[in-house]
Amino acid sequence: MGLTSQSTGLGALNEIFEVKTESPGDIVVALAGNPNTGKSTVFNSLTGLKQHTGNWPGKTVSNAQGRYRYKGENYILVDLPGTYSLLSNSVEEEVARDFICFGNPKVTVVVTDATSLQRNLILVLQILEITKDVVVCVNLMDEANRKKIKVDIKKLEEILDVPVIATSARSGYGLEELKDAVARVASNENVTAYMDIEYQKSVEDAIDIIKPHLDSLNIDNLNTRWASLRLIEEDKTLLEAIRRYVPLEQKRVMDEKIEEAKALLYLQGLDEDGIRDSMVSAIVKKAEAIGDMVVHFDNKEYNRMDQRIDNILTSKHWGIPIMIALLGVIFWITVEGANYPSQLLATGLFWIEDQFTKLFIWMGAPQWLHGMVILGMYRTLAWVVSVMLPPMAIFFPMFTLLEDLGYLPRVAFNLDNFFKKACAHGKQSLTMCMGFGCNAAGVVACRIIDSPRERLIATLTNNFVPCNGRFPILISLATIFIAGSVGAFKSLVSTITVLGAVVLGVVITLAVSKVLSKTILKGMPSTFTLELPPYRKPQIGKILVRSLLDRTLFILARAVMVAAPAGLIIWLMANLSIGDLSLLDRCALFLDPFGRLLGMDGYIILAFILGLPANEIVIPIIIMSYTASGVMVELDSLDALRNLLVANGWTWLTAICTMLFSLNHFPCGTTLLTIRKETQSLKWTLLSFALPTMTGIAICFVVAQTVRMLGLV
Amino acid sequence: MDERYMPLSLLPVGGIGRVKKLTVGGNIRRRMLDLGLINGTKIKAINRGPSGDPVAYYFRGVVIAFRSEEAAGILVERL
Repeated sequence: MGLTSQSTGLGALNEIFEVKTESPGDIVVALAGNPNTGKSTVFNSLTGLKQHTGNWPGKTVSNAQGRYRYKGENYILVDLPGTYSLLSNSVEEEVARDFICFGNPKVTVVVTDATSLQRNLILVLQILEITKDVVVCVNLMDEANRKKIKVDIKKLEEILDVPVIATSARSGYGLEELKDAVARVASNENVTAYMDIEYQKSVEDAIDIIKPHLDSLNIDNLNTRWASLRLIEEDKTLLEAIRRYVPLEQKRVMDEKIEEAKALLYLQGLDEDGIRDSMVSAIVKKAEAIGDMVVHFDNKEYNRMDQRIDNILTSKHWGIPIMIALLGVIFWITVEGANYPSQLLATGLFWIEDQFTKLFIWMGAPQWLHGMVILGMYRTLAWVVSVMLPPMAIFFPMFTLLEDLGYLPRVAFNLDNFFKKACAHGKQSLTMCMGFGCNAAGVVACRIIDSPRERLIATLTNNFVPCNGRFPILISLATIFIAGSVGAFKSLVSTITVLGAVVLGVVITLAVSKVLSKTILKGMPSTFTLELPPYRKPQIGKILVRSLLDRTLFILARAVMVAAPAGLIIWLMANLSIGDLSLLDRCALFLDPFGRLLGMDGYIILAFILGLPANEIVIPIIIMSYTASGVMVELDSLDALRNLLVANGWTWLTAICTMLFSLNHFPCGTTLLTIRKETQSLKWTLLSFALPTMTGIAICFVVAQTVRMLGLV
Repeated sequence: MDERYMPLSLLPVGGIGRVKKLTVGGNIRRRMLDLGLINGTKIKAINRGPSGDPVAYYFRGVVIAFRSEEAAGILVERL
């Protein structure tokens, strides 16, 4: 009888993790560690998988698995959520603990941060209490060296009595040694050794009451000392698991023993909190003692620089202005830098189109085929690529740079008070930052928020920050209609306009969060602890590769996949007619009165509806609709676009309402599907659709009617 | 009570204290313990957010921000 995942019914865990062993010989290795210790980097370096890493706590929001081969053996690496402890305070901690206890990993690698080893040792000790099939990886040695923090690896290995490997996963230093240590531990047959941590006498006495009973039950693989401790502090999951192995007549005895142990502790003045305090204190003190022995600070002021930077970046007067300015600079460089490559791409892609057209003519292909494939599909595609690729290729690397430096947690720190007032969570600002890239990614990132209520608020409101697919709409309209009249400071004015749109998005997010908190998601803000990790030297090379390959190409590929069929549909709609009007015109005519109420027209509304699969194609659809044949014109300059729009009755009010509606309307298809997956609820998905749409309709209506009433247009 | 004892939320920026007692219960207490905030832990208030809250604290080699509500649940002795 063994307390294994299969036999306890906790085999469900393997389903959660879906550990895919290809052959019985595969060696399962768990990867545990505090948040923000470079765990994901270790994982990526070992397996070659590209899990996104960033310098903010809680990045591993889902469990990743990868495999690697070492000396003829197959290893499966399971990346557990980053946790500070295993005492199951949160879902993440429970998942990590259950996997280590019941998932039967052959080896558990604990990744620690060399620059804050003492705190990391708390988790190491907790894991060592469960199993000694452990390799401790002291990561971020390069950062430690930079800060003149010395870690005595040999001594730590002696004290912990398990392999300790120093690594800098980012540069690959120490990874071979790590693999070797894992292999050594995996081949080590004499298991079932644990580290004993000495607790205060009354706790030890309580253990002595329960442990002999557990020993007498002869449950294989059960560390009875550790189990006794968990039973004393009423760990329900573990109690259930053990009860399965207890013969019926023994169950009462076990319950009595637990009661007896707890009664003993109560008599010593230890209530539930007290028991836990005393257990945690014992571990923390031990971690402190070990830390004192193995860590030496050659420069006691090692984090002075970080604090000086923080004093500025999070200061009362400068914190928020610097944040907005940084974002502004990023937008400005994006707007300014994207212009030229965009034109170059457009010229190139339209030249290719000409060659295709020649080919079609040469082959004698029918008109409708040329229309569908070239004028419909290819042109939309070309527009999306030439408009989207350059800004993304500039925006994402710069944003990743901020992320890598460790600036994003400071954003959360600066903004938390606003979120608190909106009864929301400060980490929501991190999920919003992700939303700038892609709202679907932002929704997934909401998992870093522990409390279900605040997580739901963050999920439902993520769409209020414009994603990368919507920036081109904002940027081009701002450039044409708002900056157009200014002349000299064009890109500055469009930057400020885009920045204004973003700030407005944040304000609306806060307002909607507050309304949700006061109505359907009533509740007080839950606990907030935010780690502000040290600033780290960014790895420019990796940033470029990662942000270009992982993010830019991924999002571009998605847009392209949507753009081609969308182009086809628009072309068909424009060329199939019912009576004397094309399908496109009919739909637009139907939507027109509604559009006018909101300061737009029927074609714009139709474009937003048809743009449901991806926001990137809204502008191309508008352009195609206006050029009566449903064909994208070759717009080699923004002036041409301006002329087209003005010829179709656009004013600055139309532009502003379109920008506002682009900021506040239903999430794209991918985001909706992601919300459905994350919330497991159709109701919340529908609400996430309705919420921004209603907001957008209300705002556009008020703006349009006010402007018209005042006679400004 | 002795004037040296105060909730962490009242410790001014730059001030150093030693944790005496956690006065909150439940989940937040567990979280604080996991972060290593046991009796005797030295903690320094290093930075206040732009609008006064939260405050970043330095202890056990890391910087962690608490909102005033959380900090109020930690009784410290000012050093």
